[in-house]
Amino acid sequence: MIDFTMIWAVIIAFGVIMYVLMDGFDLGVGILYPFAPDEESRDVMMNSVAPVWDGNETWLVLGGAGLLGAFPLVYSVLLPALYLGVFLLLAGLIFRGVAFEFRFKASPEKKGWWSAAFAGGSTVAALAQGIVVGAYIQGFQTENLTYVGGAFDWLTPFSVLTGIGLVLGYALLGSTWLIMKTEGPVQDWAYRLTPKLLGGVLGVFLIISFWTPLVDEFVRDRWFSNLFSIWLLPAGALGCAWLIMRSVRNRSEGLPFVATMGLFIFTYLGLLASKWPYVVPPDYTLYDAASARESQMFLLIGVLFVIPVVLAYTAWTYWVFRGKVRPGEGYH
Amino acid sequence: MEFDPLLLSRIQFAFVVSFHAIFPVFTIGLASYIALLEGLHFKTGNPAWAQLSRFWTKVFAVAFGMGVVSGIVMSFQFGTNWSNFAQMSANFLGPILSYEVVTAFFLEAAFLGVLLFGRDKVPRGTHLFAAIMVALGTFISSFWILVANSWMHTPAGVEFQDGMLHVRSWAEAIFNPSFPYRFTHMAVASFLTGSFVVAGVSAWYLLKGHMVEANRKALSMCLWMILFLAPAQAVIGDFHGINTLEYQPTKVAAMEGNWETQAGAPLLLFALPDKAAQENRFEIGIPKLASIILTHEADGVVPGITEAAPEDQPPVSIVFWSFRIMVGIGFLMIAFGIWGLVLRLRGRLYEPGRFHRLLPLMIAAPFVAVLAGWFTTESGRAPWLVYGMINFSEGVTPSLTGWMAVLSLVGYMSVYAVVYASGGYYLWRLVKGGMTDVEPASTESGAHPKRPLSAGGPIGDHAPAAPVRGDWT
Repeated sequence: MIDFTMIWAVIIAFGVIMYVLMDGFDLGVGILYPFAPDEESRDVMMNSVAPVWDGNETWLVLGGAGLLGAFPLVYSVLLPALYLGVFLLLAGLIFRGVAFEFRFKASPEKKGWWSAAFAGGSTVAALAQGIVVGAYIQGFQTENLTYVGGAFDWLTPFSVLTGIGLVLGYALLGSTWLIMKTEGPVQDWAYRLTPKLLGGVLGVFLIISFWTPLVDEFVRDRWFSNLFSIWLLPAGALGCAWLIMRSVRNRSEGLPFVATMGLFIFTYLGLLASKWPYVVPPDYTLYDAASARESQMFLLIGVLFVIPVVLAYTAWTYWVFRGKVRPGEGYH
Repeated sequence: MEFDPLLLSRIQFAFVVSFHAIFPVFTIGLASYIALLEGLHFKTGNPAWAQLSRFWTKVFAVAFGMGVVSGIVMSFQFGTNWSNFAQMSANFLGPILSYEVVTAFFLEAAFLGVLLFGRDKVPRGTHLFAAIMVALGTFISSFWILVANSWMHTPAGVEFQDGMLHVRSWAEAIFNPSFPYRFTHMAVASFLTGSFVVAGVSAWYLLKGHMVEANRKALSMCLWMILFLAPAQAVIGDFHGINTLEYQPTKVAAMEGNWETQAGAPLLLFALPDKAAQENRFEIGIPKLASIILTHEADGVVPGITEAAPEDQPPVSIVFWSFRIMVGIGFLMIAFGIWGLVLRLRGRLYEPGRFHRLLPLMIAAPFVAVLAGWFTTESGRAPWLVYGMINFSEGVTPSLTGWMAVLSLVGYMSVYAVVYASGGYYLWRLVKGGMTDVEPASTESGAHPKRPLSAGGPIGDHAPAAPVRGDWT
């Protein structure tokens, strides 16, 4: 018998990492916005992501809808538990989303407001997502399949740290993206910025690695059990970090971005491996959270046929907008 | 003061969805219009089509952006404020909403990038293809969302097992009894909305003598659409009403303000429904007409609101009045369609006059009608989330407290106030700035056609406003 729940776990995990990598770099561009050398650089930065951000963000909506379809319990416990955090995330995404259109339509004196909305919205959204990761590691208080904890259980020093970690991580994705997509002063600036951001990411990474086993007994047992292969994942992440440093020093243009994506993938796999098979820790596994078999099957038919098509035309749009973004070009 | 999380969640959902609804209803119609303009330009090479397409694409981009961000909020509200409902209905709604994402949202988002930014990067045929894909995406999206919505009104193909709904038949659930009527009603509403907006703006430009050739074409096209679609919408609405009478009789009773079940019910033109007293005050009506409309018989029986217990009755005044607003605007639209036809037959369609001055005012009409219709149907199903199966109080998030609901409601209202006031302002400036001229384009569709002005450039403070000819009085 085919295990639909397992297939769905893989699909959702894939959707989440797609979101993190793709919206990660355009959120990162927003996080770096206030530090850009000048207003013209900001135009270039925004134009480098303007044609693709909407598609990137759609992976988040797929994550939400897919969870409701395949693992409704995750949806109906996590969202109430993170209620106010979700509000902040959405408010951030609203401001940065409209900033793409509004900033180019605003008069020069108002432009700064929309730059601030873009930067602030991106940063708040990234911070909220990072806090979700921390809250997930900590676990949720549930009874009879519903959330029974308080309104601010998600807000702890640990989750704030994971929030900061993700802001820095997205900023790193953003700066390596800019290395690839721009030239001249913007690119030079991104080259200078990347090692600093990487240092920050590794610093937070290190603290989290020591802190997590203290926060969560389950993770501690998993890490120090006989499953030594789990240590390959952080090792892979460190390897990627080294590759980022080296490729930035060599002034490679594409490799820093690819290596940063690798850093994210290894970290993400590490997180999944630490918590597996719990999707609503500490009480529910993915089998507890699964929707009815006929629903998982009905949705699977469509997704297996449609997602490859989606990936194909998404790849095509990236190909259409390939190459460097230059000042003064690009906006419709 | 105690806040009621249930009431606040209802207000919040109504607020968020009302704001969201007006954008898709406009962009669905406009996306098809842009695809049509791109097609006409591709075929004829007439620069007037390119001017129109370029201008309306900019409007589309702003409206679509606002629709996208408010839509994301909606998709998370199910979980934050209605987690029990989400959990209970997930086996059906989860797959349906996921299908919307994978078949529609990705299509729209990916090809929108090419439509907006790819004009000079892809061959013209590919650009046209992108426009068609965006339009198709908006339609597929409305298909799935109306599947979900009409299923909540007329649930079919499901049964309760251990507190969760399970799907027995996907075909019955998807093509549930009210789906064909709702989908057609909304699709036509979208085309009417697009038509009235484009017609209003075109008439205004013609009054100013701005880009006369292009705007005459646009005005003429839209008035044909209005002429045929506005009466068609009345017929579709009538069928929809008969369907509602069958499946949600209490809603129809509230729409008619009919408290007691009776044969030969009058059509009320005015009344003040009083739910406490379970009767109307100040009734003015046309005898037997409601029966004729709903049952097509003078003595047909129309059910009364009192068939449902008071706690299962919808807010009658809201349903009664919003229905009248929708229908009233519908007749006004038909009148404008006929007026346009009369002017056309007299050869005076393009002569500036009262018609051209009133059309811009009509831009608001379809939006008000859509919201009024939405209030009618959604308030009319109260207190049910899924009709006859799950009610509001069963669906709300158990851990939600009053102050959390207040905080988020105030938060969303503030965010929306800033964002939508700005968006409205930029749309207004975009329209006021006028259309940009395009050089007569060659019809060849090479990979990188040289069109000097095709970078377009934003209107307003960046680019000098387009030359607006004629007098501004």
